[in-house]
Amino acid sequence: MNGLDVGTLCRIQFALTIGFHFLFPPISIGLASLLVLVEWRAWRYQDPVADSAGRFFGKLLGLTFAVGVATGIPMEFQFGTNWARYSKFVGDIFGAPLAAEGVFAFFLESGFLGLYLFGRQRVSKKWHFLAIFMVAFGSIMSAFWILAANSWMQTPAGFVIRNGRAELTSFADAIFNPSTLPRFFHTLFASFIAGSFFMAGVSAAVLLKERGNQVARYTLKLAVICGLVVSVMVVFPFGDMHARQVALTQPEKFAAIEGLYTSQTAAPLVMFAIPFNKPPELKAKTEIPAVLSWLVFGRIDAKIQGIKDFPPDDIPPLWLTFVSFHNMVVLGLYFIFAMSYACLRLWHGRLFEGTKFLRLLVISIPLPLVACELGWTAAEVGRQPWAIYHVLRTADAFSITLSAREVLASILMFSAIYLMLLILYLYILVAKVRHGPDEAGGKEVAA
Amino acid sequence: MSLNCVWFILIFVLLAGYAVLDGFDLGAGVMILLTRGSDESRFFINAIAPVWDGNEVWLLTGGGALFAAFPAVYATVFSGFYIALMLVLAALIFRAVGMEFRGKADNPRWRSFWDTAFGVSSLLLCVLFGVAFGNVLRGVPIGDDGYYAGTFFDLLNGFGLIVGVLALSVFTMHGAIYLACKHAPSQARLTKYAQVSWVATVVLFVAATVAANYMAPSLLAPAVSSPIAWFFIVLLLGAIPTVPFCLRLRQFTLAFAASSIMIISMMALAAVGLFPRLLPALGEPGRSLTIYNSSSSHLTLLTMFIIALIGMPLVIAYTAVIHHVFRGKVSLTPDSY
Repeated sequence: MNGLDVGTLCRIQFALTIGFHFLFPPISIGLASLLVLVEWRAWRYQDPVADSAGRFFGKLLGLTFAVGVATGIPMEFQFGTNWARYSKFVGDIFGAPLAAEGVFAFFLESGFLGLYLFGRQRVSKKWHFLAIFMVAFGSIMSAFWILAANSWMQTPAGFVIRNGRAELTSFADAIFNPSTLPRFFHTLFASFIAGSFFMAGVSAAVLLKERGNQVARYTLKLAVICGLVVSVMVVFPFGDMHARQVALTQPEKFAAIEGLYTSQTAAPLVMFAIPFNKPPELKAKTEIPAVLSWLVFGRIDAKIQGIKDFPPDDIPPLWLTFVSFHNMVVLGLYFIFAMSYACLRLWHGRLFEGTKFLRLLVISIPLPLVACELGWTAAEVGRQPWAIYHVLRTADAFSITLSAREVLASILMFSAIYLMLLILYLYILVAKVRHGPDEAGGKEVAA
Repeated sequence: MSLNCVWFILIFVLLAGYAVLDGFDLGAGVMILLTRGSDESRFFINAIAPVWDGNEVWLLTGGGALFAAFPAVYATVFSGFYIALMLVLAALIFRAVGMEFRGKADNPRWRSFWDTAFGVSSLLLCVLFGVAFGNVLRGVPIGDDGYYAGTFFDLLNGFGLIVGVLALSVFTMHGAIYLACKHAPSQARLTKYAQVSWVATVVLFVAATVAANYMAPSLLAPAVSSPIAWFFIVLLLGAIPTVPFCLRLRQFTLAFAASSIMIISMMALAAVGLFPRLLPALGEPGRSLTIYNSSSSHLTLLTMFIIALIGMPLVIAYTAVIHHVFRGKVSLTPDSY
């Protein structure tokens, strides 16, 4: 395999499998949380419209959840299969949050999702509401544990290096390491945005077909109101909190994503540029002076380190981190504008009229997922060349027992299966949305 | 008892929980392969639909617990059994989505295709888990760096294959009995499948024990000297005839309990034989990975133990509640697949 060593192939496989997996959990988490509101209404107010909305979006949640679960299983296996040296080195710390995710989150989600989807006829309305609440709670818990584990790779804490491995000294310090909470809240609210845009886009698609659909009107209204709140909150306070944490705890990454190559006081906020790796340089730059220093430290004369201040072997790839981060920010601003405009139309009673804006909402469904992928790319590529920041290099982490041929074969297998999954997921999703929600209060005919 | 022993037992509990719970829906998958595309298979699918996902979480949690408690074993087994585990992953993915996709188009060929995918994946998983477990029991070549030193084809040895087919037969029996509890019109047919796979299970278990005498002698010695082993031997000898007896009396719930006890006892005997090893090294006993030389630090084992003490009672409680809600015969509702 000329040029492609096992380490690179393992990274490609990990990026491919987690990148694909990460398309589904944000929708599941966001949609499950919105369904808690829908089912609350269905239970407390005996509202047939909300009940019908719950049935319709519940099926879409089930579909999304199934693909999310199916593609999530390889993630837990891959630390051992492809990153055995990493697993041995960090098992004392890293395994615990994964096991805790199983015990505290997966059992909740999967058990109660079955009850929610199939138990409508078997349990009372109250228990049915409790089931979706537990699904949403479980999915959020799951996000917490997995982000705690991932954050430990970004800002490791609560350990010593002993017996040739990282050994735990404080579980609380390891789980609540400096980046866990900022990254958890930022990602959680990004998931809420994904859920809101999903619900808004699907409702808009139904309305485009059937203008007077009461169920879609209700869910569109709910989605745009929630969507506006969470789109703002993901930037402020949580995005801001996360960016300041990165600036303080991972200065190389911060310099790379912000495009600050020379250390300076009154550091500018780069709005647009084309980055080059060697030598580190930004071309066609548009910037606002001093704003970056002010955002991070609250003072315009604060000094921020640039990329050139760090050893060349310890800095992340510049182009990918800068471009993915800045495009995520652009999308984040779009979400605020789109949802603000939607709420304005709702205020003026025009949200359910016209076709252009409803169409825009439909094609916006995947955009929060694109933003999630970009943010994740900035975060993980920004951590390179380290698997665990300043502790273990990625080059020392992959399994040495594997051959390039084996990993290439599994990459091809995953690519084929995932391509098929994506096509089938979209096909079924479109068919379900075309069919639309059933008349409020009416009994659905078994498919 | 040291925490290392506690974690050996807890991982056994998670894996035995997985075998008993996901075991029946893997076996149901084999039944679906035999009835693919029919209305009967739709009943079978819906009999396991509400619970299979929760069942599978036992495997994920077992994997996570192994990673946390014995990282060296997790790293060596998972990287060593690479090809086998990639096949496991493919099969798990097909099972998860096959169930969900099946009912989404009203087309007989579509349904038949997903039933086949679901059934083949289930069958493959039974065999792969059995082969992997058989190899762990027999021992694998381990290099002086502590990593697996064999190839994929080394896993396909006689003992591994016997345990592979044993796993297939025992899960098929277990799944057929579960479905018999759930769907009365198929009971006569399912009873036949359960009886045939019961015979195969007994024959293969005897064959595996005899084979172990030659291929994995270190496994048998502790299994006859320890009182814990005798407890499970008695339990197993009690459960084996109970299964066909209850099937004849059409007491399917009791038969299901007996077949669960069969699975637990067989796995417990294997665990007693293995203890304190987790992965014996073939030919080089000194390189075996044990609960002492491959474990996490005391603090991690203790932290994890506290997590398990808080979490597992909750898990068992709501697993029981959910199985209770879906008790009785399966009926098709508007929410069914």
